[in-house]
Amino acid sequence: MSFDIDVRKRIGDTDIALTFASEEGATVLFGPSGAGKTSVLNMIAGLIAPDAGHIRVGGETLFDAGVNLPPERRGAGYVFQDARLFPHLRVAANLGYGGPLDLDAIAFLGIDHLLDRWPRTLSGGEARRVAIGRALLSRPRFLLLDEPLSSLDRARREEVLRAIEHVRDTLALPILMVTHDAAEAERIGTRIIAM
Amino acid sequence: MISPEEWQIVALSLRVGMVSMLVTLPLAFALAWLLARVVFPGKILVDAVIHLPLVVPPVVTGWVLLLLFAPSGPVGAWLEAWFGVSVLFRWTGAAIASGVMALPLMVRAMRLSIEAVDRRLEGAARTLGAGRWRCFRTITLPLSVPGILAGAVLGFARGLGEFGATITFVSNVPGETQTLPLAIYSALQQPGGDAMVWRLSAISVLLSLAALVASELLARRAGRGLHVI
Repeated sequence: MSFDIDVRKRIGDTDIALTFASEEGATVLFGPSGAGKTSVLNMIAGLIAPDAGHIRVGGETLFDAGVNLPPERRGAGYVFQDARLFPHLRVAANLGYGGPLDLDAIAFLGIDHLLDRWPRTLSGGEARRVAIGRALLSRPRFLLLDEPLSSLDRARREEVLRAIEHVRDTLALPILMVTHDAAEAERIGTRIIAM
Repeated sequence: MISPEEWQIVALSLRVGMVSMLVTLPLAFALAWLLARVVFPGKILVDAVIHLPLVVPPVVTGWVLLLLFAPSGPVGAWLEAWFGVSVLFRWTGAAIASGVMALPLMVRAMRLSIEAVDRRLEGAARTLGAGRWRCFRTITLPLSVPGILAGAVLGFARGLGEFGATITFVSNVPGETQTLPLAIYSALQQPGGDAMVWRLSAISVLLSLAALVASELLARRAGRGLHVI
């Protein structure tokens, strides 16, 4: 089983609660903005702690009563909605932050010509692909993708979609992806969970 | 035009300003980080105490330093017993006075720059396998460097201009504690000292101006090119 999630969290006046278990492949959290989808990803990555519940990925307990692994020990490859590249590091240093810079491993992303660039000079699609590469090079045990296609034009969306499919089918990493786009959810998800 | 004696005053001032800034820097950064990032009881009080030298009459700050560092004072007795040194009437004492007066300005500048570091970047670093220390060293610290430098330059400039606390704490000893403002004050007391007052004042203004411009340029750099994509 790849994801075994049961989390509850109150943020402000909003109660976020989600329980699901999924097998291999890509699980898509699908729903409107404000439903707490990103908060669920943050809980799984260890950036915020649930009020109660458990988080298990690939059989390992990341959070449960008495267990709360810090983010750096969870092995999440987290691609944030806003790329979140480190602005003071060039693309090469961003890619190599979490693990050795192995360009062969991420050749399918088509970013090898960007290595000397500063993040601020990248287009949205380039930044997104670098962020995916950075997450993959940290040798993650699973991937968390937060609206990886938002604010990209059609051509860029197709590039990033193909990259995600490659990760899903060739690298066989468990993926949990958040989206509010039904077509994206259909295309990527082996399982879709409405939120 | 500028006499050797005046150059010596300038050199002493630069030494006092530089040493006080360098010694105060780590303390100011630690306090800035504490105020920017840690929630603890009594934080408002700590914040207020750090800022006291900014609002208390400098003479009072100097007098408190005198009480603390006098041979019978708690810090002075300790320095004497352990290291056999006294800072009274010494340039090191002038550097301490400058450091205390500059501390609030340095803490303010650094705190702002630490607060401006996007915490989401730190979260990203953590998910990539960086522990707290590596995250601090590779993300928080480099991103707040422009603010740290701006605070340091501002602290240096403030130290150069220190008068009230210095003269109260370590007196006005030529060649030892007589920095630019103290020398200007002495020259003002002497008949015929006008020319020296003009020269030293001009040097003071130029040094301060250079420091403020440098600080402003660094602060601007902090806001440019480091936005998150």
